[in-house]
Amino acid sequence: MHDAILAERLRVVRGGKMILDDLSFGIEPGKLTGLIGPSGAGKTTLIRAIVGAQKITAGKLIILGEPAGSKNLRPKVGYVTQEPAVYGDLTTRQNLLYFAAILGKGRVEVNHVIKRVDLQDQSSQLVNSLSGGQRARVSLGVALLSDARILVLDEPTVGLDPLLREHLWALFRDLARNGRTLLISSHVMDEAEKCDDLLLLRDGRILSFSTRHELLHKTQTRSVEAAFLKLVEDKA
Amino acid sequence: MHPRMTFATAGRVLRQLLHDPRTIGLMFVVPSVLLGLLAWMYSGTSQLFDEIGASLLGIFPFVIMFLITSITTLRERTSGTLERLLTMPTAKLDILLGYALTFGFIAALQSLVVSLLAVHAYGLHVAGPEWFLVLVAVVDALLGTTLGLFVSAFATTEFQAVQFLPALIFPQFLLCGLLVPVAKLPRVLHDIANCLPLTYAVNAMQRVSVETKLSVAAYHDILVVLAFAVAAVLLGAATLRRQTK
Repeated sequence: MHDAILAERLRVVRGGKMILDDLSFGIEPGKLTGLIGPSGAGKTTLIRAIVGAQKITAGKLIILGEPAGSKNLRPKVGYVTQEPAVYGDLTTRQNLLYFAAILGKGRVEVNHVIKRVDLQDQSSQLVNSLSGGQRARVSLGVALLSDARILVLDEPTVGLDPLLREHLWALFRDLARNGRTLLISSHVMDEAEKCDDLLLLRDGRILSFSTRHELLHKTQTRSVEAAFLKLVEDKA
Repeated sequence: MHPRMTFATAGRVLRQLLHDPRTIGLMFVVPSVLLGLLAWMYSGTSQLFDEIGASLLGIFPFVIMFLITSITTLRERTSGTLERLLTMPTAKLDILLGYALTFGFIAALQSLVVSLLAVHAYGLHVAGPEWFLVLVAVVDALLGTTLGLFVSAFATTEFQAVQFLPALIFPQFLLCGLLVPVAKLPRVLHDIANCLPLTYAVNAMQRVSVETKLSVAAYHDILVVLAFAVAAVLLGAATLRRQTK
C-alpha cells in the first residue's frame, strides 16, 4: 500500500536558514498522526510544505503518489492553518457557504458541518464577535466541508476548553476510522496520547517516528512528554 | 478559471462590504462632497469649473477605489485566507476577478452617482454627451480598482499599502495634464506622461468637456484606460504565489 504522505530526505531552507533538515518518514492512509514538538521545531513549515504552500529545497515529498503542490492534490488535501483563516466580517454561515461554493458543496454540507463543530447558536454571528475557540472551529469547519483524503491541521485545539477538545479529538478519530488520513500538530504533549502514530520534531529534525506504544516502550517511559525529554537527553 | 468560484468570490466580497455600511457611505459621500466643494470654490467662474470639474470627476473615484481595493486585498493576504484559498482548487484569476467584479460594480455605482450629481446638482456643463462622461468616470474607477489589486501584491503591511498612493498615484496626478497640459511638459516628462494611464483618463474627460461631437481620439483614450485595467488584473494574477520560497 502507498503511503499517504511520504518524505524522503526532505529539506527546507528559508532565508538561508535550515528549517527542516533531512526528514524521511511515511504516513499510512487512515492513520491519525500527531506532529509533536516545541514551537520553532518546524511543524508549521512541514505542514505548509505538505499542503503545497511552502517550496521544498531538496529531497522528495510525495502526497497520494504525487509531488506536494501538484494541482491534482488541491481537492484532496484539506488544510487548517494555525491562525483561523476565515473572514471576520462575515457570519459563521456566510464563511462556510463561501468555501462550500469553492469546493462544490451546498447548504446541506454546511448545515452538517455547523452541527459537527457545535456552532448552531453562533451560525449567524459575525466571526469577529466570536471567541478565539469558536473562531478556530469555524476554520476547522471549512476543512471538514471537503472530501479531502488528507486533513492537515496546525494546532487545531489551542485555547479550547477541555470538554470541547475531547469532542474534537473524538471527531478526528472518527474521521480517521472512516479512512481519512490526519496529521495534527501540537505542542501540547498530552494531546499526543490520543494519536496512533507520533512524529516528534525538534530543531527541524525528526527525534522519533513510531507508534505511541513503541515510543513509550523504546524509551521506557510512561508518557509522551517523558519520552520526549528522554530522547532529547540521549541526543545531548 | 471557474465561473462558479469567480461569482462565489464576488458575492463573498460584496457580503463583506455590506457588513461595513460606513465604508460604503464614505465611498459615495466623499467624492460627492469634494466635487461640491470644487463647484463652490469656482462658483464665480463657472467656465473654470467646467474645465477642471470633468477631469477631477475622473480622478476622485479612481483614487478612492485604488485605496479601498489595495487595503482590502492586502487584508485577504495577511489574514491567511488567501493562502487557504490557494491550497484549494481555486484559480488565481477566480479570486482577482471576484474582487474586480464586486469593486467594479461599486465603482460604477459611485461614478454614476457622482457624475449625475456633478451635472444636475453642481451645474457642470460638458459639450459632449453626458453618457460618455459617466462612462469615462466608471472606467477610471475600474482602473483604480485593478491597480489597487495589483499593487497590494507588493505591500506586506497596511502602512506600505497606504504609501503606494503618494508613490504611484501622485506622480500620475501631477503629469496627467490637469496642472500643465501634457504637450507643454518638458520632453522627457511628456514621454513619461504618455505611458501613464491617468493621462488618458484625464484626456478623455477633457475631450468630452469641449468636443460637441466626440472624436475618435476620445474613444481611443478610453480603450487605453481599459487596456491598462485589464493588464493590471493579469499582472496581479501573475504576482500571486501559491508557494513561498
